[in-house]
Amino acid sequence: MFDLLSLFFLFVIFIVSLPALIYSFSYLKGEYSAKQIFLAQVLLCVFILSMALVVTVTNLIAFLVSWEIMSLVSYLLVVSDGRNEKSVKAGMIYIVMTHIGTAFIIAAFLIMYKYANSFDFIVIKSISSTIPANTKNIIFLLLFFGFATKAGVVPMHIWLPYAHPQAPSHVSSIMSGVMIKTAIYGMIRFIMAILGVTSPSWGILIMIFAVISCLTGVIYALMVKDIKQVLAYSSIENIGIILLGLGLSMVFISFKFYYLAVFSLIASFYHLLNHAIFKGLLFLCAGGVYKATETRNIEKMGGLIKKMPQTALFCLIGAMAISALPPLNGFVSEWMTLQAFFLGAFNASGTMKLFLGICASMLALTGGLAAACFVRLFGITFLAKPRSNHANNAKEVSFSMRFAMFFLACLTIVFGIFAAKITGIISKIAAETAGVDATSMKFPFDSLSLTRGAGIWQISVPLLAFMLAVFTIAGFVIYRMFGAGQRIYKTWDCGYYKLGQRNEYTATAFSKPFRIAFNFFLLPYRRMNKIRESFYHVKTFAYETHTVPVFKRYIYSPFVIWVFKSAKFMRRIQPGSIHLYLGYIFVTLLALIIFVHKI
Amino acid sequence: MLLAFAQTILFIAIAPLLSGLISKIKNNVRMRKGASVFQPYYNLIKLFSKEEVISDTASWIFKITPVVVFASVLAATILISDFLSLNSAGNFLALIFIFALGRFFMTLAALDTGSSFGGMGSSREMFISSLVEPVLCLTVFAYFLNGHALSFCSVISAIALFLVTLAETSRIPVDNQETHLELTMIHEAMLLEYSGKSLGLIELSSHLKQMILFYVIAWIVVPVNFSEFLFLGHIAVIIAIVIAVALVEVALAKMRLFRVTDFLGFAFVLGMLSVVCGMLGA
Repeated sequence: MFDLLSLFFLFVIFIVSLPALIYSFSYLKGEYSAKQIFLAQVLLCVFILSMALVVTVTNLIAFLVSWEIMSLVSYLLVVSDGRNEKSVKAGMIYIVMTHIGTAFIIAAFLIMYKYANSFDFIVIKSISSTIPANTKNIIFLLLFFGFATKAGVVPMHIWLPYAHPQAPSHVSSIMSGVMIKTAIYGMIRFIMAILGVTSPSWGILIMIFAVISCLTGVIYALMVKDIKQVLAYSSIENIGIILLGLGLSMVFISFKFYYLAVFSLIASFYHLLNHAIFKGLLFLCAGGVYKATETRNIEKMGGLIKKMPQTALFCLIGAMAISALPPLNGFVSEWMTLQAFFLGAFNASGTMKLFLGICASMLALTGGLAAACFVRLFGITFLAKPRSNHANNAKEVSFSMRFAMFFLACLTIVFGIFAAKITGIISKIAAETAGVDATSMKFPFDSLSLTRGAGIWQISVPLLAFMLAVFTIAGFVIYRMFGAGQRIYKTWDCGYYKLGQRNEYTATAFSKPFRIAFNFFLLPYRRMNKIRESFYHVKTFAYETHTVPVFKRYIYSPFVIWVFKSAKFMRRIQPGSIHLYLGYIFVTLLALIIFVHKI
Repeated sequence: MLLAFAQTILFIAIAPLLSGLISKIKNNVRMRKGASVFQPYYNLIKLFSKEEVISDTASWIFKITPVVVFASVLAATILISDFLSLNSAGNFLALIFIFALGRFFMTLAALDTGSSFGGMGSSREMFISSLVEPVLCLTVFAYFLNGHALSFCSVISAIALFLVTLAETSRIPVDNQETHLELTMIHEAMLLEYSGKSLGLIELSSHLKQMILFYVIAWIVVPVNFSEFLFLGHIAVIIAIVIAVALVEVALAKMRLFRVTDFLGFAFVLGMLSVVCGMLGA
């Protein structure tokens, strides 16, 4: 079943992987020996090819094999960067979580095989209507949780903020940009295309998880200080936005609103593509910053816009796109997703309207918080004065790295301005995937805006881009020509005369209002320690603030402790005596013989 | 096209007058004489003819920001003018995103000079605006759910939008335009390093943004089907909002920053209420 859906995902994979591959050569140079670099590059190619296999195979077994290759190779890539404990731990969490997800997927596949007696996608699709509704629900849940683990949906996201930052930056860019999207492919392929959506509750369940992912991801992204961890958490948020569109589409399919189903699927697909591009770009920029400053802590950066002007520009474009600012691509897809909600609410009835309204406003909240997050990321990293010697000694990265960023930054702009053309193409893919005949449907893509009344002029992205560009350029020219002169002087320092990097606003301070507003979830705590020389003079002052990692502390750590406890308990049946083991084998054989005989 | 052009020029011309009116009313209520209603114009003329001081820490982001902010507000003005109108949810939503563009650059420029005030203002501005966005979205949602008609739903939407407008135009109780007290200022803290024509351009953009938000409320309250009186109706509502803003500013004190969540939470609840009203067709 190599169809448009597979082709679309292949496109997504290669459009991010190619610049990442170009980038990787100079990124790895100087970090490792030639032999290690060769090995890393081979693994990277295997990784890219395994992802391509995942989205193209047409057989459950082949899918599982390529899925497993993808997971294992990406594990090796995650642990390749660090010569430290952190990478190993991150890799461990990643591989355990991935396999828990895979276990769910295998269970779902086995149930499907039981009904179809075949591993072939087409055969399963043809018999999917004979599967009873309850079994379908179980298969849906298994598939959803299985793939959601890989996609990093909250609360199964725990591995993502560890694994993505630890991988080398080009690998992070592929993992965050593309690999987690293969899980979305799995959901679309198996739930939507093969199983067929039967109940609106599926879509609603997905949307609830999506909203939780959006908010959790973006709130944590505002808190963390590691530049790559910010991006990793923001991936969780964006997966949420993609799933919102997907869930909405499933709800509409079950309500038989096919036009809306296709429209929200287009929004979802387009955001998926856009996120791959701008998140790929941002990870490459973060890698450039890491390479130049040798730190990932944004509190130690600052002033890099003067040291690395080009990387800064590309990062600004990425940050603008991910904050959904017009006329870049992120704006278009988020705008479309919001419109899908609005349009859905006109057609839906009863409490569904309220539900859609709440989801839409949560999406808007996510957008606002994401903008805050990327103002913080860009502002603290690139603007003001260098906050440490790391930042002060930074130099612009090599040409091939900048070229990769340039390529993706251009795509960000092109996919924003020419959104009408591209969504036109995506509409065919979406219609085919949703199993809807779209030839009769008319999407007003020249305007990308839907309206209940006809004959109203609509805003279009090229027009908006044109307006913004013309006003900015014309404004700037007039502004330079007109008025009195300029004088360069120090920043106002309240008469302190020693304004330096110590006086700058920090990332932690920037996120303080958010930490207090969301304290019911973040559970922040602080420790202050003043050492006084006398009552009036504080000699040193130590301040420490942290937030409680809620999911780790209240879900995962107790679970891990329970697993170890029960393992300890089970060890009693394994005392090391060979006689006992022979006894076990004998008993098992007997049991099997009886079992087979009965059947 | 010509009408839209005329409307845009009219908006730019009138926008500072509204700010002048608000402060005049405030002063009169406080039994003071106050400055002329044309004071904002004098301020702009003065700022545009003054020398500008730019921080040596600042990068090109700082220099380009006033123009980007103005361009985004200008694009928003054209968006709501007759040329495009607000008749579709998509345009309304685009308005939110366009304002976000200006704000994004404004907050970056505030961080750019390396002053703590800038960072403080930038952080608080993003905090408030991110809480404003769901309310804006919800009011627009309720309004379009209900269709273009004057109803209970649209009035509640308008009230929620009024609260949002207070926050977005940095008015009391969320922010105070008149103070430069370091611990309380939000919007002014971001502008602290700007002077001369850059400051003038940003102030003009703020006036224009305020005008647009007032117009949007007027547009929600006065339904489209009253088209013959549309213009007069809009003017009446805008004047009513001007008076309301002035009275609120005189009557209330500024809130603590973390109380703003309660204030905007109330606006959010109003938004939900209007969605429910829209659902019930009230």
